[in-house]
Amino acid sequence: MSTTLWIIIAGAIATYLTRIGGHLVISRFENIHPRVEAGLNAVPAAVLTTLVAPAALGAGPAEWAALIVAALVSQRGGLMTMFLAGAAVLVLARQFVG
Amino acid sequence: MSAEAISENRAKGDFWQGVRLSMPIVVAAAPFGLLFGALAVDNGFSVLEAVLMSAMVYGGASQMVGIELFGQHVAPWLIVLSIFAVNFRHVLYSAGIGRRIAHWPLVQQAVGYFVLTDPQFAVAERKAEAGETVGFAWYMGLALPVYGFWVTESALGAVFGKLIPDTHALGIDFLLPIYFLGLVMSFRRRPLWLPVVVASAAASILAYKTVGSPWHASIGAVAGVLLAVILPPHHSGVEARP
Repeated sequence: MSTTLWIIIAGAIATYLTRIGGHLVISRFENIHPRVEAGLNAVPAAVLTTLVAPAALGAGPAEWAALIVAALVSQRGGLMTMFLAGAAVLVLARQFVG
Repeated sequence: MSAEAISENRAKGDFWQGVRLSMPIVVAAAPFGLLFGALAVDNGFSVLEAVLMSAMVYGGASQMVGIELFGQHVAPWLIVLSIFAVNFRHVLYSAGIGRRIAHWPLVQQAVGYFVLTDPQFAVAERKAEAGETVGFAWYMGLALPVYGFWVTESALGAVFGKLIPDTHALGIDFLLPIYFLGLVMSFRRRPLWLPVVVASAAASILAYKTVGSPWHASIGAVAGVLLAVILPPHHSGVEARP
């Protein structure tokens, strides 16, 4: 088998381990301590934020405008509305700021 | 109608509800699927290998990092380690979603964890938060279109990569952060949301500047989770046990 194939297979196994690993660890405990539960409830905001913050910091005015508009729209609209509004502002702003 | 037919109808309805929710994810991920295919071929992958990687790893950012390192002729074990590092945040998703899908048969759970991407986790977690059961049919309705399009786009990108137009003007390089911001906002009613977001943002930016990518994501995430663990449970809306 080629090296490429080995990389793909090993990468797939490593990825699956991350996707099932947390569950395997947590499920060993019969009772989940309230503090652990609090931590698990914080997971969505904690992880997803790290996918936005560094990208936002390294971006420019066009991207900031898009994020601000998207955040405002998300107060009222659904996810799709928010996403399309942000994307529209981004494309428009980039015509001017580049 | 028999009870079986009723439950089959319900599963169908759940499945299509999941499919509807998958649409924004499909749109946001599409450019990256095409881009991945194009970059993979550019870095020495065959079309088949590009498709295989999308089908087996199924994690956009880690695939991009993997082929980038492959093109630089980095040692194979280091490429695999980097893929693992980029995907490490999924450990937290896995720990969180386990509570929601523990009632599924084991084989279904095994499949469910395979497709546990960022948006898959976030949308499923929102459903659980609304007090609804996260069923297998609904979950796969959400996952399958994203998976199918992702693999197909990788193939298209690999074959037609050279035809991709100016991605910057179209804004496609910044679509995912916008989408992820939307997901962050959708959890804003959770207790401790703002402190967690601030802690994770600060820690991930700091880690990005010092330790560097890709560990900044896991470091930032752990900071936010630790904050929620350290603060007394009543802040988190979790009942303390006597």
